[in-house]
Amino acid sequence: MSGAVLILGARSDIARACAHRYARDGFGVMLAARGAADLEPDAQDLRLRHRVAVSCHDFDVLDTAGFAGFLDSLPALPDVVICAVGAMGDQAQSQRDPAAAAQVLRANFEGPALILGLLAERFEAAGRGVIVGISSVAGDRGRASNYVYGAAKAGFTAFLSGLRNRLARGPVRVITVKPGFVATRMTEGLPLNPRLTAQPAEVAEAIRAADLRGRDVIYVRRIWRLVMAIIRALPEFLFKKTRL
Amino acid sequence: MKQSGWGRYPRIEGRLSAPRDQAALEALLAEGPLIARGMGRAYGDSACGAHAVDMRHFNRMIAFDADTGQLVAEAGVTLGEIIEAFLPQGWFPAVTPGTKFVSLGGAIAADVHGKNHHSEGSFGTFVDWIEVMGPDGRVSHCQPGDDLFGWTLGGMGLSGVILRAAIRLRRVETGWIRQTMIPAPNLDAALDAFATSQSATYSVAWIDCVAKGASMGRSLVMLGEHAGLADLRGRSASQPLPPRHRGPSVPFDLPGFVLNPWTVRGFNALYYWLGARKAGGGLVDWDAYFYPLDAVGDWNRIYGRKGFLQFQCVVPLESHAEGLRTILGAISDSGAASFLAVLKRFGAQDSRLSFPMEGYTLALDFPINRRSLALMPQLDRITADHGGRFYLAKDSRMSAETLRQTDPRWQDFARMRRETGLSARFASAQSERLGL
Repeated sequence: MSGAVLILGARSDIARACAHRYARDGFGVMLAARGAADLEPDAQDLRLRHRVAVSCHDFDVLDTAGFAGFLDSLPALPDVVICAVGAMGDQAQSQRDPAAAAQVLRANFEGPALILGLLAERFEAAGRGVIVGISSVAGDRGRASNYVYGAAKAGFTAFLSGLRNRLARGPVRVITVKPGFVATRMTEGLPLNPRLTAQPAEVAEAIRAADLRGRDVIYVRRIWRLVMAIIRALPEFLFKKTRL
Repeated sequence: MKQSGWGRYPRIEGRLSAPRDQAALEALLAEGPLIARGMGRAYGDSACGAHAVDMRHFNRMIAFDADTGQLVAEAGVTLGEIIEAFLPQGWFPAVTPGTKFVSLGGAIAADVHGKNHHSEGSFGTFVDWIEVMGPDGRVSHCQPGDDLFGWTLGGMGLSGVILRAAIRLRRVETGWIRQTMIPAPNLDAALDAFATSQSATYSVAWIDCVAKGASMGRSLVMLGEHAGLADLRGRSASQPLPPRHRGPSVPFDLPGFVLNPWTVRGFNALYYWLGARKAGGGLVDWDAYFYPLDAVGDWNRIYGRKGFLQFQCVVPLESHAEGLRTILGAISDSGAASFLAVLKRFGAQDSRLSFPMEGYTLALDFPINRRSLALMPQLDRITADHGGRFYLAKDSRMSAETLRQTDPRWQDFARMRRETGLSARFASAQSERLGL
């Protein structure tokens, strides 16, 4: 089992866990994030633990014009891409300041969708490839507490769904991941219910399993499928009065 | 937030932070005294306090030299991770305690020992250098011979925060151990077995602390050597470097009464009988040999909600037989039952604060209850009377007075801490209790 995995947004906890999980199965790893020089300690750790080739690449999800050049600069076309880019932003600030809201929409929807769209083209031409988009349960229904982020993730989820539909008859696969709560830098200090909260390594394991088993859409902890089914099923006249 | 060690006793209210980089750690240090915490496998309150700092985000491996076996890694890397990465390349930790779920920083701070202490020394013997963040946030590099190195090895995190270290691994041909089991029907026989097996690389004994009279101290002494490729047969030959076991976990706290003197007595009799039947040699894989308890996740829950404590002392060679006999006698008179009891011969140790000394160490687990808590001061006294001392990584309840009597080295350490400003920056619940 080998190949190469490209990790977009490689600094996040989920991304790091995914890099280790794929490296453990012998995958070479391309780590991509802003300020790639800082990724070198992570790269070295991956090399020492798993004896695989690891490279670091500068990647800015807001620089859509640079995407094609970024892909051309990679040592090879990866076999798997995992997009772990994202930024929750601050809902209150997003409400007041359109520039801040635009930043959240671009970082969670526009950038991830466009880079994966470009990769899908290249995967299709190569006749292989697995696209993993880390979206969010926040995209399943817009809530007052984070609907700008949620709207961007809803867009990303819809994009992945359409891409999967388009590519379904070919060899390229698309996996949508909605992790629910995860104990990461993004959620540090939030009072999360431990039964609903996955560890980054659990997310990585679920992604690898979904890849191996050919799954399409996964929630990491099974309970989230139920929680979100209930939230989606609430009639709007009730839902609009909830505080979730 | 409630903090506790592996024994889940005592539970201490305190702040818990988890910095992600050196700058964040430095900022925390400026806020007041703290204690670094790794995997939380010290039994008592060594890594608990008003402000415990979880170091597990510092978990990167930095460099490995395949000629010398030297690994450089951050303090949060565990021995289990080191084995997972390097056993497939033919390397194994030179010294390992009874669990692989310890961090590198914790192993250094407690200067842990393993089954090869009598032949190869403690963990610190194989540490080439350490980087420590001091009270002012500055990072110092220290190596054997330096003051800071001496205070950090076995210093329970009280000389600063261990950030990185270089350790030497051992070359192994396989992940198997050639084990020899010697049943010893009583304490004298067990001590004889240790005395005649000084040349074995590994030696340890499981000891039955409930057996009385002529069987008092009956033990299974287990010797071990790393197996070479030529030693392997059958299953082991097809898998010379076996991966770790993945076992079940204890899903909830067992009721406190499960481990009582009767169940322990029954278990011990059965265990001894089964062990005696297996007397002689055999091949055991590394995970079963070094880490039998790791096979059951969260095994500390078998003691119930109240938790348990471990008593570990060392009695010097001059007085060991009488000392051990008196301790075992006191335990069996008290009616308290120790479920897990381990006896081991130590070699000589030359370091500033480390626990081992030439003699015999006895480690005993007791569920938290009135009877065992009443027994502890009695065992402290017997140990002190025989010139022994205690292992702080296991301690959760000793008095400052007992420590002062048995181990004057810590008084020098406490004085040095006051003079250099360390005591204002690094403190644990244990250091406060023991007046360090």
